[in-house]
Amino acid sequence: MIEKEVKIINNAGLHTRPAATIVKIAAGYNSEFFINKDGMNINGKSIIGVMTLAAEKGSTLRLTFEGKDEKEACEAITDFFERGFDEL
Amino acid sequence: MTKNILKGVAAASGISIGKAYLYEKQIEVIEDEYIDNVDDAIDVFDKALNKSKKELKKIFDLAVDKMGEKRAGIFEAQMMILDDPILIETIKNRIKEEKRSPVFVVDAEISKYQELLALSSESYMQERSHDIEDIKNRIIRNIKKKKWKSRIENDVIVVTNSITPADTVLFSRVDVKGYVTNIGGLTSHAAIVARSLNIPAVLGIHDATAKIRNGDDLIIDGIHGEVIVKPNYEQLEYYKGKCKRLKQLDSELAKLVDLPAITTDGRKIILRANLDIVEELDYIIKNGAEGTGLVRTEQIFNLEDEFPDEEQQYNNYIDLAEKLYPHMVVIRVFDIGGDKVFPVDVKEPNPFLGWRGIRFLLDNESLFKTQIRALLRASAHKNIKIMLPMITSIQEIRRSKIIIEQCKVELENEGKEFDKNTNLGIMIEVPSAAVMAEEFAAEVDFISIGTNDLIQYILAVDRGNEIVSSLYQEFHPAIVRTLYKIIHSGKQGEAKVSICGEMAADILATPLLVGMGLDSMSVSAAAIPHIKKIIRSTNFESAKQLAEECLKFHTEKEVSGRLLEYFKTNYTDEIENIF
Repeated sequence: MIEKEVKIINNAGLHTRPAATIVKIAAGYNSEFFINKDGMNINGKSIIGVMTLAAEKGSTLRLTFEGKDEKEACEAITDFFERGFDEL
Repeated sequence: MTKNILKGVAAASGISIGKAYLYEKQIEVIEDEYIDNVDDAIDVFDKALNKSKKELKKIFDLAVDKMGEKRAGIFEAQMMILDDPILIETIKNRIKEEKRSPVFVVDAEISKYQELLALSSESYMQERSHDIEDIKNRIIRNIKKKKWKSRIENDVIVVTNSITPADTVLFSRVDVKGYVTNIGGLTSHAAIVARSLNIPAVLGIHDATAKIRNGDDLIIDGIHGEVIVKPNYEQLEYYKGKCKRLKQLDSELAKLVDLPAITTDGRKIILRANLDIVEELDYIIKNGAEGTGLVRTEQIFNLEDEFPDEEQQYNNYIDLAEKLYPHMVVIRVFDIGGDKVFPVDVKEPNPFLGWRGIRFLLDNESLFKTQIRALLRASAHKNIKIMLPMITSIQEIRRSKIIIEQCKVELENEGKEFDKNTNLGIMIEVPSAAVMAEEFAAEVDFISIGTNDLIQYILAVDRGNEIVSSLYQEFHPAIVRTLYKIIHSGKQGEAKVSICGEMAADILATPLLVGMGLDSMSVSAAAIPHIKKIIRSTNFESAKQLAEECLKFHTEKEVSGRLLEYFKTNYTDEIENIF
């Protein structure tokens, strides 16, 4: 299992469009993927779950990946967060 | 009046005796129900998901340009929710394990996420909660629809709060014997479809659903606008006798089928039928229509599911063209919006002044082209005419003509057969078109007056709003004068002039309309024999004088009073049938 902390750096925060993109990226990998924020654990492959995360600019999320392709999944998702959801 | 009689609007003529079927759309009520058959429940849930997906996809495809990026993103997320593997699996597992109804489980599971969102103080999270609410309601609505669809029985009188056009089409497939509603008027689309299918309807009885119980014996009298709940022996016998006499009248009128609609002094009026659903076709032919003057294509296809492709449309149109040959088939392109069947739930504050008719089509050119291509191909027998709805400017006509020309070139290049001279016409149904009728008419081969919309736009009266519906007056002097102006301008513009609104089916209006010089009239199939009989007893010269008199009046009362008087002096045979 891989754990990774990421920060929200775009102005609009984790709104609907990036939420959808995260789920789409995650769907490309077999590994399980969870997003933890303030103790709430959300399945990262569920759009409705990710949509319920209130994550404004500056907030921190803990991501966990588990499965055969966990490394690749982690890289792809982390990269998307680090690019500020392509909204910088 | 006897106690068991309810009064409403006589929306579609005829008498029916049958059992009440109370049709209630309790979308909001979620009951914690248990189920016996898990497989069925899962199947219903899957189908509701699929239907919801189709609906959303269509909204997305058609309206994405109009929604803006943010709304479009939300729609995309909603579509993804319908595919959310975690959510779907959880719901299915609960249905299987707890044996609870899909509606209950869907509501419970999705509401959980909404509760999480409600905890957030961010305002945009509240908004997001609404988006999730939307998708939840859509799924639940589709589950319930599926359920009640299978519950409707044949041969019942439907009693409901209100009926949408989509409901009417659905009911028509199960041989409903009559409609009774709390809300609705003479020109609501439910009334139009009921009339065209010859199904008696009494609408606008405010408390019908409160006073009638499921399974009650009912008599509905669509001639006088009365519903008799649990009739006694005398009432039953009286109405049975009346049914018999109506049948006799019908058989008398049937003798006119092959005779032309011609005045006593030889003016021929082409009498065509309005067609809303293909099921009417046989009835139209049987009643002696000379083709159709208005095919409401948005009603023919169940647009709720998907827009039909070119082949599907072609097959429908060619079928109409062949069955009605050699008569002309005037087909109106999709008139979507307003109160019409609207598959795209783009919410507009004022749909009658919004994105409807030709506006919608010009904004969705590929959809428009698909229909034009199908229509042109079906014109190979040279008996199809194309009609455009809601024209308000000359630019709309010209842009449409360019698109039609493009389609012709395409078909020519593909070696497909079509009538190069297919006639094009427009609806005159808004004040701007009435004012510019001469110039508009010069651009096309024919114009057709859509009185329902024209009257409501000129008099600024919402025909569906009961509070003001009494102000919706077809004999208002402004309407009489506008009709005259349009007919006269149409002739100046060298176009044939027709009328296809409900007013054309009002026998009181017939001599006036004939006298104003219309070339053709299009009415619901059921009205054709009646109108024909009136035309055949009318003298054109005298009707012309009547029209001239009516143009001078200042009040609605004067016009309708004069028409009634004219009727009583000239059509003594008919009086008994309408009063």
